[in-house]
Amino acid sequence: MRLPIYLDNNSTTPLDPRVLEAMMPFLTEKFGNAASRSHAFGWETEEAVEKSRASIAKLIGANLKEIVFTSGATESINIALKGAAEMYAEKGNHIITAATEHKATLDSAKYLEKHGCTVTYLPVDKFGAVSPEQVKAAITEKTILISLMHANNEIGTIHPIEEIGKIAKEAGVLFHVDAAQTAGKISIDVEKMGIDILSISAHKMYGPKGVGGLYVRRTNPRVRLSPVVHGGGHERGFRSGTLNVAGIVGFGKAAELCSQEMAQEAVRVSALRDKLKNALFSQLDELFLNGDPIKRLPNNLNISFAFVEGEALMMGLKEVAVSSGSACTSASLEPSYVLKAMGVGEELAHTSIRFGLGRFTTAEEVDFVIEKVVGVVKKLRDMSPLYEMAKEGIDLKSVQWTTH
Amino acid sequence: MAYGPKVIDHFNNPRNVGSFDKGDQSVGTGVVGAPECGDVMKLQLKINSQNIIEDAKFKTFGCGSAIASSSLATEWVKGKSVDEALQIKNTDIVNELALPPVKIHCSVLAEDAIKAAIEDYKKKQE
Repeated sequence: MRLPIYLDNNSTTPLDPRVLEAMMPFLTEKFGNAASRSHAFGWETEEAVEKSRASIAKLIGANLKEIVFTSGATESINIALKGAAEMYAEKGNHIITAATEHKATLDSAKYLEKHGCTVTYLPVDKFGAVSPEQVKAAITEKTILISLMHANNEIGTIHPIEEIGKIAKEAGVLFHVDAAQTAGKISIDVEKMGIDILSISAHKMYGPKGVGGLYVRRTNPRVRLSPVVHGGGHERGFRSGTLNVAGIVGFGKAAELCSQEMAQEAVRVSALRDKLKNALFSQLDELFLNGDPIKRLPNNLNISFAFVEGEALMMGLKEVAVSSGSACTSASLEPSYVLKAMGVGEELAHTSIRFGLGRFTTAEEVDFVIEKVVGVVKKLRDMSPLYEMAKEGIDLKSVQWTTH
Repeated sequence: MAYGPKVIDHFNNPRNVGSFDKGDQSVGTGVVGAPECGDVMKLQLKINSQNIIEDAKFKTFGCGSAIASSSLATEWVKGKSVDEALQIKNTDIVNELALPPVKIHCSVLAEDAIKAAIEDYKKKQE
Protein backbone atom coordinates (compact mmCIF):
# COMPACT_ATOMS: atom_id res chain seq x y z
CA MET A 1 0.00 0.00 0.00
CA ARG A 2 1.39 3.40 -1.03
CA LEU A 3 1.01 6.47 1.16
CA PRO A 4 -0.55 8.99 1.08
CA ILE A 5 -3.90 7.45 0.20
CA TYR A 6 -5.99 9.39 -2.29
CA LEU A 7 -9.60 9.70 -1.10
CA ASP A 8 -10.57 12.92 -2.87
CA ASN A 9 -12.02 11.49 -6.07
CA ASN A 10 -14.91 13.97 -6.09
CA SER A 11 -12.29 16.64 -6.65
CA THR A 12 -10.40 14.90 -9.40
CA THR A 13 -9.49 11.35 -10.38
CA PRO A 14 -6.16 9.88 -11.41
CA LEU A 15 -5.61 9.20 -15.09
CA ASP A 16 -6.36 5.56 -15.88
CA PRO A 17 -3.18 4.02 -17.39
CA ARG A 18 -5.27 2.73 -20.32
CA VAL A 19 -6.33 6.32 -21.00
CA LEU A 20 -2.74 7.54 -20.99
CA GLU A 21 -1.80 4.75 -23.39
CA ALA A 22 -4.53 5.86 -25.81
CA MET A 23 -3.37 9.48 -25.55
CA MET A 24 0.37 8.95 -26.04
CA PRO A 25 0.45 8.81 -29.85
CA PHE A 26 -1.45 12.12 -29.93
CA LEU A 27 1.12 13.74 -27.65
CA THR A 28 3.92 12.54 -29.93
CA GLU A 29 3.73 11.63 -33.60
CA LYS A 30 0.02 12.29 -34.23
CA PHE A 31 0.08 16.03 -33.70
CA GLY A 32 -2.06 17.23 -36.60
CA ASN A 33 -4.72 19.91 -36.25
CA ALA A 34 -8.07 18.14 -36.43
CA ALA A 35 -9.37 21.04 -38.50
CA SER A 36 -6.71 20.56 -41.20
CA ARG A 37 -8.74 19.03 -44.03
CA SER A 38 -5.93 19.19 -46.58
CA HIS A 39 -3.54 16.46 -45.40
CA ALA A 40 -3.19 13.15 -43.61
CA PHE A 41 -1.97 14.70 -40.34
CA GLY A 42 -5.33 16.40 -39.95
CA TRP A 43 -7.34 13.42 -41.21
CA GLU A 44 -5.95 11.02 -38.62
CA THR A 45 -6.59 13.37 -35.70
CA GLU A 46 -10.06 14.25 -36.97
CA GLU A 47 -10.89 10.57 -37.14
CA ALA A 48 -9.67 10.07 -33.56
CA VAL A 49 -11.74 13.04 -32.37
CA GLU A 50 -14.87 11.66 -34.01
CA LYS A 51 -14.30 8.24 -32.45
CA SER A 52 -14.08 9.92 -29.03
CA ARG A 53 -17.22 11.89 -29.75
CA ALA A 54 -19.05 8.64 -30.41
CA SER A 55 -17.79 7.08 -27.13
CA ILE A 56 -18.96 10.06 -25.11
CA ALA A 57 -22.32 10.15 -26.90
CA LYS A 58 -22.79 6.46 -26.11
CA LEU A 59 -22.07 7.01 -22.41
CA ILE A 60 -25.02 9.42 -22.09
CA GLY A 61 -27.40 8.00 -24.70
CA ALA A 62 -26.87 10.81 -27.21
CA ASN A 63 -26.06 11.13 -30.91
CA LEU A 64 -22.43 11.89 -31.68
CA LYS A 65 -23.41 15.11 -33.49
CA GLU A 66 -24.77 16.41 -30.20
CA ILE A 67 -21.39 16.45 -28.41
CA VAL A 68 -19.30 19.64 -28.29
CA PHE A 69 -15.77 19.53 -26.85
CA THR A 70 -14.78 22.19 -24.34
CA SER A 71 -12.00 22.76 -21.81
CA GLY A 72 -14.00 21.23 -18.96
CA ALA A 73 -17.29 21.28 -17.10
CA THR A 74 -16.82 24.88 -15.96
CA GLU A 75 -16.65 26.06 -19.55
CA SER A 76 -19.54 23.79 -20.57
CA ILE A 77 -21.70 25.24 -17.80
CA ASN A 78 -20.76 28.78 -18.82
CA ILE A 79 -21.79 28.08 -22.41
CA ALA A 80 -25.05 26.45 -21.27
CA LEU A 81 -26.16 29.34 -19.08
CA LYS A 82 -24.76 32.35 -20.94
CA GLY A 83 -25.37 30.82 -24.36
CA ALA A 84 -29.01 30.02 -23.59
CA ALA A 85 -29.65 33.39 -21.94
CA GLU A 86 -28.36 35.25 -24.97
CA MET A 87 -29.94 33.01 -27.60
CA TYR A 88 -33.39 32.94 -25.99
CA ALA A 89 -33.43 36.54 -24.69
CA GLU A 90 -36.51 37.31 -26.78
CA LYS A 91 -38.40 34.41 -25.25
CA GLY A 92 -37.63 35.28 -21.65
CA ASN A 93 -35.01 36.10 -19.09
CA HIS A 94 -35.73 33.83 -16.13
CA ILE A 95 -33.44 31.00 -15.02
CA ILE A 96 -34.11 28.45 -12.30
CA THR A 97 -31.25 26.84 -10.41
CA ALA A 98 -30.49 25.70 -6.85
CA ALA A 99 -28.57 27.15 -3.91
CA THR A 100 -26.19 24.18 -3.75
CA GLU A 101 -25.00 24.23 -7.36
CA HIS A 102 -21.32 24.37 -8.26
CA LYS A 103 -19.77 27.84 -8.38
CA ALA A 104 -19.53 27.56 -12.19
CA THR A 105 -23.34 27.65 -12.27
CA LEU A 106 -23.87 30.12 -9.43
CA ASP A 107 -21.29 32.59 -10.68
CA SER A 108 -22.58 32.36 -14.27
CA ALA A 109 -26.09 32.98 -12.92
CA LYS A 110 -24.88 35.97 -10.91
CA TYR A 111 -23.17 37.34 -14.02
CA LEU A 112 -26.43 36.98 -15.95
CA GLU A 113 -28.33 38.78 -13.20
CA LYS A 114 -26.09 41.79 -13.88
CA HIS A 115 -27.07 41.55 -17.54
CA GLY A 116 -30.84 41.58 -17.29
CA CYS A 117 -31.72 38.06 -16.20
CA THR A 118 -33.66 37.12 -13.12
CA VAL A 119 -32.58 33.94 -11.35
CA THR A 120 -34.44 31.78 -8.85
CA TYR A 121 -32.09 29.92 -6.50
CA LEU A 122 -34.24 27.11 -5.14
CA PRO A 123 -33.65 26.18 -1.51
CA VAL A 124 -32.83 22.53 -0.79
CA ASP A 125 -34.15 20.06 1.75
CA LYS A 126 -32.11 18.64 4.63
CA PHE A 127 -30.50 16.12 2.29
CA GLY A 128 -29.52 18.79 -0.21
CA ALA A 129 -32.10 18.11 -2.92
CA VAL A 130 -34.71 20.20 -4.70
CA SER A 131 -38.01 18.52 -5.48
CA PRO A 132 -39.78 18.39 -8.87
CA GLU A 133 -42.69 20.26 -7.25
CA GLN A 134 -40.40 23.15 -6.27
CA VAL A 135 -39.11 23.39 -9.82
CA LYS A 136 -42.63 23.31 -11.24
CA ALA A 137 -43.81 26.05 -8.89
CA ALA A 138 -40.88 28.29 -9.82
CA ILE A 139 -41.55 28.24 -13.59
CA THR A 140 -42.98 31.46 -15.01
CA GLU A 141 -43.81 32.43 -18.58
CA LYS A 142 -40.42 34.14 -18.69
CA THR A 143 -38.48 30.99 -17.75
CA ILE A 144 -36.04 29.88 -20.43
CA LEU A 145 -33.75 27.50 -18.55
CA ILE A 146 -33.62 25.14 -15.58
CA SER A 147 -30.06 24.31 -14.55
CA LEU A 148 -29.42 21.68 -11.90
CA MET A 149 -26.63 19.32 -11.01
CA HIS A 150 -27.20 15.59 -11.36
CA ALA A 151 -25.34 14.93 -8.10
CA ASN A 152 -23.74 17.33 -5.67
CA ASN A 153 -19.96 17.41 -5.51
CA GLU A 154 -19.73 17.88 -1.74
CA ILE A 155 -22.47 15.71 -0.33
CA GLY A 156 -23.21 13.37 -3.23
CA THR A 157 -26.99 13.80 -3.17
CA ILE A 158 -28.60 12.84 -6.49
CA HIS A 159 -31.39 15.01 -7.89
CA PRO A 160 -34.58 13.48 -9.35
CA ILE A 161 -33.51 14.43 -12.88
CA GLU A 162 -36.03 12.34 -14.81
CA GLU A 163 -39.01 13.84 -12.96
CA ILE A 164 -37.66 17.36 -13.38
CA GLY A 165 -36.97 16.66 -17.06
CA LYS A 166 -40.66 15.83 -17.56
CA ILE A 167 -41.71 19.09 -15.92
CA ALA A 168 -39.29 21.06 -18.07
CA LYS A 169 -40.59 19.41 -21.22
CA GLU A 170 -44.24 20.03 -20.30
CA ALA A 171 -43.46 23.70 -19.66
CA GLY A 172 -41.37 24.05 -22.83
CA VAL A 173 -38.33 25.14 -20.79
CA LEU A 174 -34.80 24.00 -21.60
CA PHE A 175 -33.17 21.72 -19.03
CA HIS A 176 -29.41 21.84 -18.41
CA VAL A 177 -27.80 19.22 -16.16
CA ASP A 178 -24.34 19.56 -14.64
CA ALA A 179 -23.20 15.94 -14.72
CA ALA A 180 -19.57 16.54 -13.74
CA GLN A 181 -19.91 14.19 -10.76
CA THR A 182 -22.12 11.55 -12.34
CA ALA A 183 -20.95 10.94 -15.92
CA GLY A 184 -19.09 7.66 -15.88
CA LYS A 185 -20.21 6.87 -12.32
CA ILE A 186 -23.95 6.32 -12.63
CA SER A 187 -26.06 5.85 -15.72
CA ILE A 188 -27.23 8.85 -17.73
CA ASP A 189 -29.72 8.74 -20.58
CA VAL A 190 -30.46 12.16 -22.00
CA GLU A 191 -33.56 10.86 -23.82
CA LYS A 192 -35.14 9.09 -20.88
CA MET A 193 -34.23 11.90 -18.49
CA GLY A 194 -35.48 14.71 -20.74
CA ILE A 195 -32.16 16.55 -20.71
CA ASP A 196 -31.54 19.24 -23.34
CA ILE A 197 -28.03 20.34 -22.37
CA LEU A 198 -25.50 18.41 -20.28
CA SER A 199 -22.06 19.34 -18.98
CA ILE A 200 -19.32 16.75 -18.42
CA SER A 201 -15.70 16.80 -17.33
CA ALA A 202 -13.05 14.24 -18.34
CA HIS A 203 -10.88 14.46 -15.23
CA LYS A 204 -13.67 13.31 -12.92
CA MET A 205 -13.90 10.01 -14.83
CA TYR A 206 -10.24 8.99 -14.96
CA GLY A 207 -9.54 11.09 -18.05
CA PRO A 208 -7.18 14.05 -18.41
CA LYS A 209 -7.69 17.56 -17.05
CA GLY A 210 -8.43 20.43 -19.40
CA VAL A 211 -11.09 18.72 -21.49
CA GLY A 212 -14.82 18.41 -21.12
CA GLY A 213 -17.98 18.03 -23.11
CA LEU A 214 -21.27 19.72 -23.68
CA TYR A 215 -24.26 17.78 -24.94
CA VAL A 216 -26.59 19.99 -26.96
CA ARG A 217 -29.87 18.40 -28.10
CA ARG A 218 -30.42 18.50 -31.88
CA THR A 219 -33.98 17.28 -32.16
CA ASN A 220 -37.18 17.78 -30.20
CA PRO A 221 -36.25 20.56 -29.58
CA ARG A 222 -33.19 21.70 -31.51
CA VAL A 223 -31.26 23.67 -28.91
CA ARG A 224 -29.25 26.68 -29.99
CA LEU A 225 -26.68 28.40 -27.81
CA SER A 226 -24.72 31.57 -28.45
CA PRO A 227 -20.99 30.91 -28.23
CA VAL A 228 -18.91 32.26 -25.37
CA VAL A 229 -15.56 31.76 -27.11
CA HIS A 230 -15.51 33.19 -30.64
CA GLY A 231 -13.08 32.29 -33.38
CA GLY A 232 -12.66 29.82 -36.19
CA GLY A 233 -16.09 28.24 -35.89
CA HIS A 234 -14.93 24.88 -34.56
CA GLU A 235 -17.43 22.50 -32.98
CA ARG A 236 -20.21 23.75 -35.28
CA GLY A 237 -19.75 27.26 -33.95
CA PHE A 238 -20.54 26.32 -30.36
CA ARG A 239 -16.93 26.56 -29.24
CA SER A 240 -14.10 27.91 -31.34
CA GLY A 241 -10.47 27.00 -30.79
CA THR A 242 -8.15 24.28 -32.06
CA LEU A 243 -9.22 20.98 -30.58
CA ASN A 244 -7.22 19.50 -27.71
CA VAL A 245 -6.82 16.23 -29.61
CA ALA A 246 -4.81 14.27 -27.04
CA GLY A 247 -7.19 15.38 -24.29
CA ILE A 248 -10.23 14.49 -26.39
CA VAL A 249 -8.80 11.04 -27.22
CA GLY A 250 -8.22 10.48 -23.50
CA PHE A 251 -11.73 11.68 -22.71
CA GLY A 252 -13.12 9.26 -25.30
CA LYS A 253 -11.13 6.34 -23.92
CA ALA A 254 -12.21 7.22 -20.37
CA ALA A 255 -15.85 7.28 -21.50
CA GLU A 256 -15.48 3.94 -23.28
CA LEU A 257 -14.02 2.35 -20.11
CA CYS A 258 -16.79 3.83 -17.99
CA SER A 259 -19.47 2.48 -20.34
CA GLN A 260 -17.97 -1.00 -19.95
CA GLU A 261 -17.09 -0.97 -16.25
CA MET A 262 -19.37 1.57 -14.57
CA ALA A 263 -22.00 -0.88 -13.36
CA GLN A 264 -19.60 -3.26 -11.57
CA GLU A 265 -17.43 -0.40 -10.36
CA ALA A 266 -20.39 1.33 -8.68
CA VAL A 267 -21.17 -1.88 -6.79
CA ARG A 268 -17.56 -2.34 -5.64
CA VAL A 269 -16.95 1.29 -4.71
CA SER A 270 -20.24 1.74 -2.88
CA ALA A 271 -19.52 -1.42 -0.85
CA LEU A 272 -16.17 0.08 0.22
CA ARG A 273 -17.86 3.40 0.96
CA ASP A 274 -20.50 1.67 3.10
CA LYS A 275 -17.80 -0.25 4.92
CA LEU A 276 -16.03 3.02 5.74
CA LYS A 277 -19.27 4.65 6.83
CA ASN A 278 -20.44 1.76 9.00
CA ALA A 279 -17.06 1.32 10.68
CA LEU A 280 -16.78 5.02 11.55
CA PHE A 281 -20.34 5.23 12.86
CA SER A 282 -19.89 2.13 14.99
CA GLN A 283 -16.55 3.19 16.48
CA LEU A 284 -17.23 6.91 17.09
CA ASP A 285 -20.15 8.77 18.63
CA GLU A 286 -21.59 12.16 17.64
CA LEU A 287 -21.17 11.68 13.88
CA PHE A 288 -23.61 13.16 11.39
CA LEU A 289 -24.00 12.01 7.79
CA ASN A 290 -24.32 14.91 5.35
CA GLY A 291 -26.39 14.27 2.24
CA ASP A 292 -28.97 11.68 1.30
CA PRO A 293 -28.38 8.29 2.94
CA ILE A 294 -29.61 6.40 -0.14
CA LYS A 295 -29.89 8.65 -3.19
CA ARG A 296 -26.21 9.54 -3.33
CA LEU A 297 -23.13 9.00 -5.47
CA PRO A 298 -21.66 5.52 -4.96
CA ASN A 299 -18.22 6.95 -4.16
CA ASN A 300 -19.10 9.83 -1.84
CA LEU A 301 -19.20 9.98 1.95
CA ASN A 302 -19.54 13.25 3.86
CA ILE A 303 -19.53 13.18 7.66
CA SER A 304 -19.51 15.87 10.33
CA PHE A 305 -17.27 14.79 13.22
CA ALA A 306 -18.84 16.99 15.90
CA PHE A 307 -16.45 18.88 18.21
CA VAL A 308 -13.43 18.30 15.93
CA GLU A 309 -12.51 21.07 13.50
CA GLY A 310 -12.12 19.82 9.92
CA GLU A 311 -8.74 21.30 9.11
CA ALA A 312 -7.23 19.95 12.31
CA LEU A 313 -8.68 16.55 11.45
CA MET A 314 -7.10 16.69 8.01
CA MET A 315 -3.78 17.73 9.54
CA GLY A 316 -3.97 14.67 11.76
CA LEU A 317 -4.82 12.54 8.72
CA LYS A 318 -1.72 13.53 6.82
CA GLU A 319 -1.43 10.14 5.13
CA VAL A 320 -4.96 10.48 3.72
CA ALA A 321 -6.05 13.03 1.12
CA VAL A 322 -9.62 14.17 1.81
CA SER A 323 -11.38 17.54 1.79
CA SER A 324 -13.40 19.53 4.29
CA GLY A 325 -16.31 21.95 4.40
CA SER A 326 -14.51 23.80 7.16
CA ALA A 327 -13.89 27.50 6.69
CA CYS A 328 -10.28 27.02 7.68
CA THR A 329 -9.65 25.17 4.45
CA SER A 330 -10.98 27.96 2.26
CA ALA A 331 -9.57 31.38 1.52
CA SER A 332 -12.91 32.97 2.37
CA LEU A 333 -13.06 31.76 6.00
CA GLU A 334 -16.70 30.85 5.36
CA PRO A 335 -17.78 27.26 5.87
CA SER A 336 -19.39 25.29 3.05
CA TYR A 337 -22.34 27.08 1.44
CA VAL A 338 -23.75 23.69 0.45
CA LEU A 339 -23.98 22.47 4.04
CA LYS A 340 -25.35 25.87 5.08
CA ALA A 341 -28.09 25.67 2.44
CA MET A 342 -29.09 22.25 3.79
CA GLY A 343 -29.54 23.72 7.25
CA VAL A 344 -26.39 22.16 8.73
CA GLY A 345 -25.28 24.51 11.53
CA GLU A 346 -21.98 26.30 11.11
CA GLU A 347 -20.57 24.53 14.16
CA LEU A 348 -21.13 21.21 12.36
CA ALA A 349 -20.10 22.52 8.93
CA HIS A 350 -16.67 23.27 10.41
CA THR A 351 -16.31 19.61 11.34
CA SER A 352 -17.21 18.04 7.99
CA ILE A 353 -14.96 15.79 5.96
CA ARG A 354 -15.62 14.54 2.43
CA PHE A 355 -14.29 11.10 1.50
CA GLY A 356 -14.27 10.46 -2.25
CA LEU A 357 -13.51 6.86 -3.17
CA GLY A 358 -12.65 5.74 -6.65
CA ARG A 359 -11.67 3.13 -9.19
CA PHE A 360 -8.27 2.61 -7.59
CA THR A 361 -9.36 2.59 -3.94
CA THR A 362 -8.62 -0.76 -2.26
CA ALA A 363 -10.13 -2.52 0.76
CA GLU A 364 -6.71 -2.36 2.44
CA GLU A 365 -6.68 1.43 2.05
CA VAL A 366 -10.17 1.71 3.51
CA ASP A 367 -9.10 -0.35 6.54
CA PHE A 368 -6.12 1.94 7.05
CA VAL A 369 -8.30 5.04 6.77
CA ILE A 370 -10.83 3.71 9.29
CA GLU A 371 -8.09 3.11 11.85
CA LYS A 372 -6.49 6.51 11.24
CA VAL A 373 -9.72 8.51 11.36
CA VAL A 374 -10.89 6.82 14.56
CA GLY A 375 -7.52 7.48 16.22
CA VAL A 376 -7.26 11.11 15.16
CA VAL A 377 -10.87 11.95 16.05
CA LYS A 378 -10.41 10.43 19.52
CA LYS A 379 -7.16 12.31 20.05
CA LEU A 380 -8.64 15.64 18.96
CA ARG A 381 -11.80 15.11 21.00
CA ASP A 382 -9.61 14.54 24.05
CA MET A 383 -8.33 18.05 23.52
CA SER A 384 -11.66 19.59 22.48
CA PRO A 385 -13.31 21.81 25.11
CA LEU A 386 -16.60 21.34 23.28
CA TYR A 387 -16.52 17.56 23.54
CA GLU A 388 -15.71 17.90 27.24
CA MET A 389 -18.63 20.29 27.76
CA ALA A 390 -21.02 18.10 25.77
CA LYS A 391 -19.99 15.09 27.86
CA GLU A 392 -20.62 17.12 31.04
CA GLY A 393 -24.14 17.60 29.74
CA ILE A 394 -23.79 21.29 28.91
CA ASP A 395 -26.04 22.42 26.07
CA LEU A 396 -23.57 24.19 23.78
CA LYS A 397 -26.37 26.24 22.26
CA SER A 398 -27.11 27.80 25.67
CA VAL A 399 -23.52 29.01 26.17
CA GLN A 400 -22.72 32.71 25.69
CA TRP A 401 -19.82 32.54 23.23
CA THR A 402 -17.49 35.39 22.51
CA THR A 403 -17.86 35.60 18.74
CA HIS A 404 -14.96 37.11 16.89
CA MET B 1 -2.67 24.86 4.55
CA ALA B 2 1.10 24.62 4.50
CA TYR B 3 2.34 25.28 8.03
CA GLY B 4 5.79 25.88 9.41
CA PRO B 5 7.57 23.21 11.48
CA LYS B 6 6.68 24.83 14.84
CA VAL B 7 2.93 24.67 14.20
CA ILE B 8 3.27 21.06 13.11
CA ASP B 9 5.32 20.22 16.20
CA HIS B 10 2.76 21.78 18.57
CA PHE B 11 -0.08 20.10 16.67
CA ASN B 12 1.53 16.67 16.81
CA ASN B 13 2.85 17.04 20.37
CA PRO B 14 0.59 19.54 22.09
CA ARG B 15 1.90 20.74 25.45
CA ASN B 16 -0.25 20.87 28.58
CA VAL B 17 -3.50 19.43 27.21
CA GLY B 18 -6.09 18.91 29.91
CA SER B 19 -8.27 20.55 32.52
CA PHE B 20 -8.10 21.77 36.11
CA ASP B 21 -11.09 21.86 38.41
CA LYS B 22 -12.68 25.18 37.46
CA GLY B 23 -14.15 25.46 40.97
CA ASP B 24 -10.63 25.63 42.49
CA GLN B 25 -9.97 29.09 43.98
CA SER B 26 -6.44 29.13 42.56
CA VAL B 27 -7.56 28.36 39.00
CA GLY B 28 -8.52 30.98 36.44
CA THR B 29 -10.47 29.72 33.41
CA GLY B 30 -10.79 31.55 30.11
CA VAL B 31 -13.03 30.25 27.32
CA VAL B 32 -12.93 32.31 24.12
CA GLY B 33 -14.19 31.90 20.58
CA ALA B 34 -17.36 30.27 19.29
CA PRO B 35 -18.21 26.92 17.68
CA GLU B 36 -19.83 28.70 14.68
CA CYS B 37 -16.56 30.48 14.02
CA GLY B 38 -14.68 27.19 14.02
CA ASP B 39 -12.52 27.80 17.07
CA VAL B 40 -13.00 27.67 20.83
CA MET B 41 -10.08 27.82 23.27
CA LYS B 42 -10.22 26.95 26.94
CA LEU B 43 -7.14 28.06 28.87
CA GLN B 44 -6.74 27.39 32.59
CA LEU B 45 -4.05 28.89 34.82
CA LYS B 46 -3.11 27.75 38.31
CA ILE B 47 -1.90 30.85 40.12
CA ASN B 48 -0.24 30.97 43.58
CA SER B 49 -0.54 33.62 46.29
CA GLN B 50 2.52 35.46 44.89
CA ASN B 51 0.59 35.89 41.61
CA ILE B 52 2.91 33.44 39.81
CA ILE B 53 1.41 31.10 37.22
CA GLU B 54 2.47 27.67 38.47
CA ASP B 55 0.75 25.57 35.86
CA ALA B 56 -1.37 25.90 32.72
CA LYS B 57 -3.66 23.62 30.76
CA PHE B 58 -5.63 24.01 27.55
CA LYS B 59 -8.22 22.39 25.39
CA THR B 60 -8.90 23.77 21.91
CA PHE B 61 -11.46 23.12 19.21
CA GLY B 62 -9.98 24.61 16.07
CA CYS B 63 -7.57 24.30 13.22
CA GLY B 64 -3.91 23.39 13.52
CA SER B 65 -2.78 26.93 14.16
CA ALA B 66 -5.42 27.45 16.86
CA ILE B 67 -4.18 24.32 18.64
CA ALA B 68 -0.54 25.39 18.23
CA SER B 69 -1.27 28.96 19.44
CA SER B 70 -2.91 27.73 22.63
CA SER B 71 -0.25 25.07 23.22
CA LEU B 72 2.46 27.72 22.90
CA ALA B 73 0.55 30.08 25.21
CA THR B 74 0.54 27.47 27.99
CA GLU B 75 4.29 27.00 27.60
CA TRP B 76 4.96 30.71 27.73
CA VAL B 77 2.81 31.62 30.73
CA LYS B 78 4.18 28.93 33.03
CA GLY B 79 6.45 30.46 35.66
CA LYS B 80 5.51 34.01 34.69
CA SER B 81 3.81 36.48 37.02
CA VAL B 82 0.27 37.50 36.13
CA ASP B 83 1.51 40.92 35.04
CA GLU B 84 4.18 39.38 32.82
CA ALA B 85 1.64 37.02 31.24
CA LEU B 86 -0.58 39.98 30.42
CA GLN B 87 2.29 41.42 28.36
CA ILE B 88 2.18 38.51 25.89
CA LYS B 89 0.98 39.90 22.56
CA ASN B 90 -0.64 37.99 19.74
CA THR B 91 2.12 39.25 17.43
CA ASP B 92 4.67 37.38 19.59
CA ILE B 93 2.75 34.19 18.89
CA VAL B 94 2.47 34.99 15.16
CA ASN B 95 6.25 35.49 14.97
CA GLU B 96 7.16 32.43 17.01
CA LEU B 97 4.90 30.08 15.02
CA ALA B 98 5.29 31.86 11.66
CA LEU B 99 1.52 31.92 11.23
CA PRO B 100 0.24 32.87 7.78
CA PRO B 101 -1.86 36.09 7.61
CA VAL B 102 -5.13 34.15 7.29
CA LYS B 103 -4.44 32.51 10.69
CA ILE B 104 -3.64 35.63 12.70
CA HIS B 105 -7.04 35.43 14.42
CA CYS B 106 -5.84 32.22 16.12
CA SER B 107 -3.08 34.16 17.87
CA VAL B 108 -5.55 36.89 18.88
CA LEU B 109 -7.71 34.19 20.41
CA ALA B 110 -4.76 32.84 22.41
CA GLU B 111 -3.98 36.32 23.77
CA ASP B 112 -7.66 36.78 24.63
CA ALA B 113 -7.69 33.41 26.40
CA ILE B 114 -4.76 34.41 28.65
CA LYS B 115 -6.51 37.68 29.53
CA ALA B 116 -9.85 35.95 30.16
CA ALA B 117 -8.26 33.33 32.42
CA ILE B 118 -6.46 35.98 34.48
CA GLU B 119 -9.62 38.06 34.73
CA ASP B 120 -11.51 35.00 35.99
CA TYR B 121 -8.80 34.35 38.59
CA LYS B 122 -8.87 37.98 39.77
CA LYS B 123 -12.65 37.86 40.14
CA LYS B 124 -12.33 34.76 42.30
CA GLN B 125 -9.94 36.55 44.64
CA GLU B 126 -12.33 39.48 45.27
